[in-house]
Amino acid sequence: MTEYGRRMATIVQFDNVGLRYGTGSETLTDVSFSLVKGHFYFLTGPSGAGKTSLLRLLYLAQRPSRGLIKLFGEDMVTMSRDRLPAFRRRIGVVFQDFRLVPHLSAFDNVALPLRVAGFADKEIEKPVHEMLRWVGLSDRASARPATLSGGEQQRVAIARAVIGRPDILLADEPTGNVDPEMAARLLYLFDALNQLGTTVVVATHDMHLLTQVKGAQLMRLEEGRLNDPTGSLRYPPKRDGLD
Amino acid sequence: MLAEFISSSPADRRILPEGRFAGPMPWVIAIMMFLTILATAAGLSISAAARALSADLAGKLTIQLIEPNPITRDAQTRAILGEMGKLAAVRSADLVSAEDMQRLLDPWLGEDGLDPDLPLPAMIDVELARKSAKDIATVTDAVRSVAPRARVNENVKWLEPLAGLFDTLKWLAVALVLLMALATTATVVLAARAALNTHRETIDVMHLLGATDVQVARLFQRRIALDALLGGSIGLVLSLLVMFAVGGRIEALGSGLVGSASLVWWQWLLILAMPLIGAALATFAARLTVVRALRQML
Repeated sequence: MTEYGRRMATIVQFDNVGLRYGTGSETLTDVSFSLVKGHFYFLTGPSGAGKTSLLRLLYLAQRPSRGLIKLFGEDMVTMSRDRLPAFRRRIGVVFQDFRLVPHLSAFDNVALPLRVAGFADKEIEKPVHEMLRWVGLSDRASARPATLSGGEQQRVAIARAVIGRPDILLADEPTGNVDPEMAARLLYLFDALNQLGTTVVVATHDMHLLTQVKGAQLMRLEEGRLNDPTGSLRYPPKRDGLD
Repeated sequence: MLAEFISSSPADRRILPEGRFAGPMPWVIAIMMFLTILATAAGLSISAAARALSADLAGKLTIQLIEPNPITRDAQTRAILGEMGKLAAVRSADLVSAEDMQRLLDPWLGEDGLDPDLPLPAMIDVELARKSAKDIATVTDAVRSVAPRARVNENVKWLEPLAGLFDTLKWLAVALVLLMALATTATVVLAARAALNTHRETIDVMHLLGATDVQVARLFQRRIALDALLGGSIGLVLSLLVMFAVGGRIEALGSGLVGSASLVWWQWLLILAMPLIGAALATFAARLTVVRALRQML
């Protein structure tokens, strides 16, 4: 990719981002990286390293304490909150605890992003059924989350995250509650979506997963700092003596 | 506007489960609406009675000629009637007949009739063409020119204390209606906050999926508007029952003054529309509460 191409394809940019909750110490310190459109990233690091905090910044649940965050070329730090919903709709999130709405069926949970985006019921039915078929839950469309297994809930959460064809898919420990076979299947789903052009960021501390996706880039967080000694995650790339 | 505020698809309605009459709010609103409608009806009726009273008495005068000598009294009475006939400001001037005087005094003197030796004042009812102070002064001057001891009384002044009471009651009713509206709004605000807390997780998810504040608020508006509409309708039915029962008692009294305290068509329309007005107020309060609470989130 040419430099111009890469610049245009950079959909997320973090520059010296710091995050502090209340008056405590910084959860994230001087985090700088760029995410390129259509790439697959694994975000790893030990528990408490700040993976979930970094994802929260990415899915716009939180503003940083300092630094610059650009999403799709727009500054998210100073953007008015009225404009944020439109950007959130471009981001799919698979939460660690799924966050399915308990009183809604699997169908309605998956349909939720489309309803939020203003699609009519008749426009929703077909894609939701297709998505449920894609995650292997066609026969569980009317089941409520409480009656679904952990793996099934995970797949409903994934279907909900990708139904709106997001530009970025963020997944927080998506394989944490499923057996290895299901984990491989979920990863296959993410990879398939990535092949369609969606940028995927999977936060995990399952080292086995890292070898499962060809060409995936690794982002490693340690004690709130991004371990990127070569500067390969940054754009423009780090140059010795200048940074 | 209310319909636009509360409209939603069946799917949207599933996002927040709606249990009709599940909480106390519809019943609280029913009680509030019941009291508000009664206060409104009372205020409107009192206002109508005050207007009827004022219309009956305004522009009417009574000339009282107190003269012990019947010959002088008759002469002055004729002179006054003559003067009244000349004034353009006077529409009519009628001497109260002996029979009418008898009827007026019956409650005090009994049915045996008046003692012929008892000197009674002559009474003349005057109706003015217009209700102006200038005309009253003209009439008074004309009366005094032929009968200096005659009294000219404005009928409306006799009932001034009663009109004052009506006015006080009317404003009391207005204050009650405003207080009820305030209490209803406070109830809605508390209910909206409670609903927000109950559905916090669902709201968080919707928020992160890109729902706007207005989209989330619309879900709550609908629930609260329907609760308010149902509660308000119950309050309306109960208050109508009470109003018809009290109206029957008033009719049985047969009093002109109390009987004039009735409602006209537009006042009935206002009362029938009050559940809708209440629902609109509740919807607006819910929207404001929810949007303000959501603004605490990023």
